[in-house]
Amino acid sequence: MYDLIIIGAGPAGITASVYGARKGINTLVITKDIGGQAALSGDIENYTGYQFITGPELATKFQEHMRKYDIALKENEEVQEVEKIGDVIKIKTNKGLYESRTAIIASGKRSRELNVPGEKEFKNRGLTYCATCDGPLFRDKEVAVIGGGNSALDAAIQLMRIAKKVYLINIASELGGDVIMRQKVMESKVVTVVNNAQTMAILGNKFVNGIKIKRENKEEILAVEGVFVEIGLIPNSEFARGIEKNQFQEIKVNSYNETNVPAIFAAGDVTDVPEKQIIIAAGEGAKAALGAFGYLVRHRF
Amino acid sequence: MIKSVKVYSTPTCPWCLRLKQFLRENNIHFEDYDVSTDQARAEEMISISGQMGVPVLDIEGEIIVGFDKEKIKQALGL
Repeated sequence: MYDLIIIGAGPAGITASVYGARKGINTLVITKDIGGQAALSGDIENYTGYQFITGPELATKFQEHMRKYDIALKENEEVQEVEKIGDVIKIKTNKGLYESRTAIIASGKRSRELNVPGEKEFKNRGLTYCATCDGPLFRDKEVAVIGGGNSALDAAIQLMRIAKKVYLINIASELGGDVIMRQKVMESKVVTVVNNAQTMAILGNKFVNGIKIKRENKEEILAVEGVFVEIGLIPNSEFARGIEKNQFQEIKVNSYNETNVPAIFAAGDVTDVPEKQIIIAAGEGAKAALGAFGYLVRHRF
Repeated sequence: MIKSVKVYSTPTCPWCLRLKQFLRENNIHFEDYDVSTDQARAEEMISISGQMGVPVLDIEGEIIVGFDKEKIKQALGL
């Protein structure tokens, strides 16, 4: 029986684990990956103490910090169910069953999928959700970025330095996101913005060779070898069945990071906390761990 | 027994970093190919793995896509 099980090892989960370890409570971290979305970010210039650091570098720092303490870690493991029975929280994963007195859900968000024909088939065969990871494989090729917000702009900016041509396929009538990023994209000769365009299908044989889009009720095909899907994020909260969520499926927490179930806390991007930022997730993770510690003390475990 | 191990990766992918860290921790010597700059190796990676995601690991001809710890351990006899 653990004192605390943390689900997820992004900025929130890792920070929570460090706080748990420093309080001397028996802590286990169960996670699919380490670093979460932070590890997939490009340049980070707003995490205090680092004027500039890349996502993978910051994730490495987080991981080193966690490994400084004796924290049990189950990596490559996916949580399927969280259930509280009496005073015991039971956490079922694809590999085992764990028990704890308290839990922190810090499972973050993942990329939203397009749900069009060809998407699943061509995943990693030209279609990707991570420009930072896979962008370099598309040197001098023609690619499409699907989306119109900051993450789509970020992908387009990374790709315009690599690819021969970048189509930015935006479903709205104009681009969203930050003005500075929009300007960079508009000024690039490599990028062509296609507004009011809906993506209908991903085409190819063994690998992607095009996308079908629909504009003003007319379908057309763009010949591209790479497709980068950047249409937003959804919370990894499906396994938290008995826990209250908002309309976006984010877990509802109060200012103490408590969910509606006593002893189950949540932190970071998976919650309804306003603003999704690495530094905010880290701070929320700290709050949640201190909350869990307080719960253990109050209940004299 | 020392096996020939090749890693196809990009400098920016987090799983590539984790994979290489894991190999180093286990004292596995490997050739590291940066497919973001080496076009020939990029094409080689796509042809041996039939896909474009990194990292790809080649352990004496056994191809493993992604950081699949269990498979890697098995292939290396760890």
